[in-house]
Amino acid sequence: MIKSNLIISIAHFLRGIGHRMISRVWRLGAGTRLFLLTIMYSGESFRRFHLTLREIYFTGVMSLLIIIVSAFFVGMVLALQGYNTLQKYGSSEAIGVLVALSLVRELGPVVTALLFAGRAGTAITAEIGLMKTTEQLSAMEMMAVNPIARVVAPRFWAGVISMPILAALFSMVGVLGGYLVAVPLIGVDSGAFWSQMQANVDVRADIVNGVIKSVVFAVACTMIALFEGFDAPPTAEGVSHATTRTVVISSLTVLGLDFVLTSFMMVV
Amino acid sequence: MTSNIVEIDNLSFGYKGRLLHKGINMAFPRGKVVAIMGGSGSGKTTLLRLIGGQIKPAQGKVRVDGKVVHEQDRDGIYQLRRKMGMLFQHGALFTDLSTFDNVAFPMRELTDLPESMIRDLVLMKLNAVGLRGAHMLMPTELSGGMARRVALARAIALDPCIVMYDEPFAGLDPISMGVICGLIRSLNDALGATSIIVSHDVKETFIIADYVYFVADGVVAAEGTPHDLMQSTLPFVHQFVHGEKDGPVPFHYPAGNYQSELLNQQL
Ligand SMILES: Nc1ncnc2c1ncn2[C@@H]1O[C@H](COP(=O)(O)OP(=O)(O)OP(=O)(O)O)[C@@H](O)[C@H]1O
Ligand SMILES: [Mg+2]
Repeated sequence: MIKSNLIISIAHFLRGIGHRMISRVWRLGAGTRLFLLTIMYSGESFRRFHLTLREIYFTGVMSLLIIIVSAFFVGMVLALQGYNTLQKYGSSEAIGVLVALSLVRELGPVVTALLFAGRAGTAITAEIGLMKTTEQLSAMEMMAVNPIARVVAPRFWAGVISMPILAALFSMVGVLGGYLVAVPLIGVDSGAFWSQMQANVDVRADIVNGVIKSVVFAVACTMIALFEGFDAPPTAEGVSHATTRTVVISSLTVLGLDFVLTSFMMVV
Repeated sequence: MTSNIVEIDNLSFGYKGRLLHKGINMAFPRGKVVAIMGGSGSGKTTLLRLIGGQIKPAQGKVRVDGKVVHEQDRDGIYQLRRKMGMLFQHGALFTDLSTFDNVAFPMRELTDLPESMIRDLVLMKLNAVGLRGAHMLMPTELSGGMARRVALARAIALDPCIVMYDEPFAGLDPISMGVICGLIRSLNDALGATSIIVSHDVKETFIIADYVYFVADGVVAAEGTPHDLMQSTLPFVHQFVHGEKDGPVPFHYPAGNYQSELLNQQL
């Protein structure tokens, strides 16, 4: 009796694993399909650019405040921590380089993507999930209007356009925050701060790579948010789960992709 | 070209294995108002979705304007849908657009009309449902009945030749009910459109319909003109038309024995 119970629970466990694996793979496939369809039906997002512009306002402009405030604090903390270490080696003027490189290469794209997933990604998922729940997408289909062209694609391009700009802004504001801590507060020489930065930040290796990262993160985050909303079961609970998943999956994807991209950039 | 703009031919469909429609045959002649009636959950909304090509039948065919709906590719289906307007059971207004923009939506998406003409057309449609004064309100600021009237205005925005109304009378006060009733009939006659009405309201439906189908248990249980059906002695039709609780139509979704469920306290 006990033995057969054990066997049954093991079988359950294995079946659970199998089921999860299959559903993950299935979702990956469905997400890729949505991505390809989105690209295919993107014409309208550019022909009627005001549709995309409106979404840029909701995803990009509305994220400005959180991005700027976070960047400011991140820059200030970087300067404090960096100074602490650098002064032990008597090279506290290098603080400008440290702040700028950390921001441009890593923190700008990554933290922006994480904040974007939390601020704009969840909004996209909830909005599309709710449109599905209230049959708005069905109604659109019945009017012979393709929801992927009319709803998904403009939001996708809005995300892809906004996020690199937000990331660039993050780096700039972060550097400013670092400057305020390093120069007026700690007393590092202002000339050294800027000139070292100018001499050691490379356009190709640092800035372009940072931009590439933020474009990749933008595609991933926006697409995950759109897919989760599109795929959400049409109930309040379904939409709330989907919103949570958007944050979790986007964050993990961004951090994972960051590692992969960074290693490629180091090699090349 | 046949005289029927929509034909349903031996149609079967089911969700998750439970067969909902078991061989339905219906015909919707051009220019007529045809009603589909039946108990709650008998698959009327699903039938409209099958006509619109949102779901595929398990068996049988739906023909719209001579074309088999589920055999069309995406463009073909969109081509057919341009001929249809649909009032959704729950309105399905776009919550991020105002009343005006909701009605203007199909015009802006599917036509190249200049904005000034769209404005006039939208105001005309809203006027027809008595809501011209509410054009700047957002859907959340409308009452349930108002929202459904806006949805109706949107469904007929492009003067489609097939209009499907899912419960057009639900949640309306007697005055609006009369107006909407007249509106459906006059739209139909003025434009030569075909109307498909799904409804529970025997009284209103019988006033405007030319022909009525009753669905029960997945088949067409009775059909005929309202006049014939009023005289009908079929127990099913009699029960429905006179709203009696006891009769062949079950009020309950299939379930186990009520008493034993209550006593055993388990499902
Ligand atoms: N998406 C779905 N998945 C599974 N079952 C569904 C789905 N939609 C509807 N059903 C089932 O199909 C049956 C018919 O639904 P439908 O909405 O067509 O009924 P209806 O005739 O329009 O009812 P009402 O008059 O209450 O609107 C119901 O029993 C419902 O449980
Ligand atoms: Mg229904």
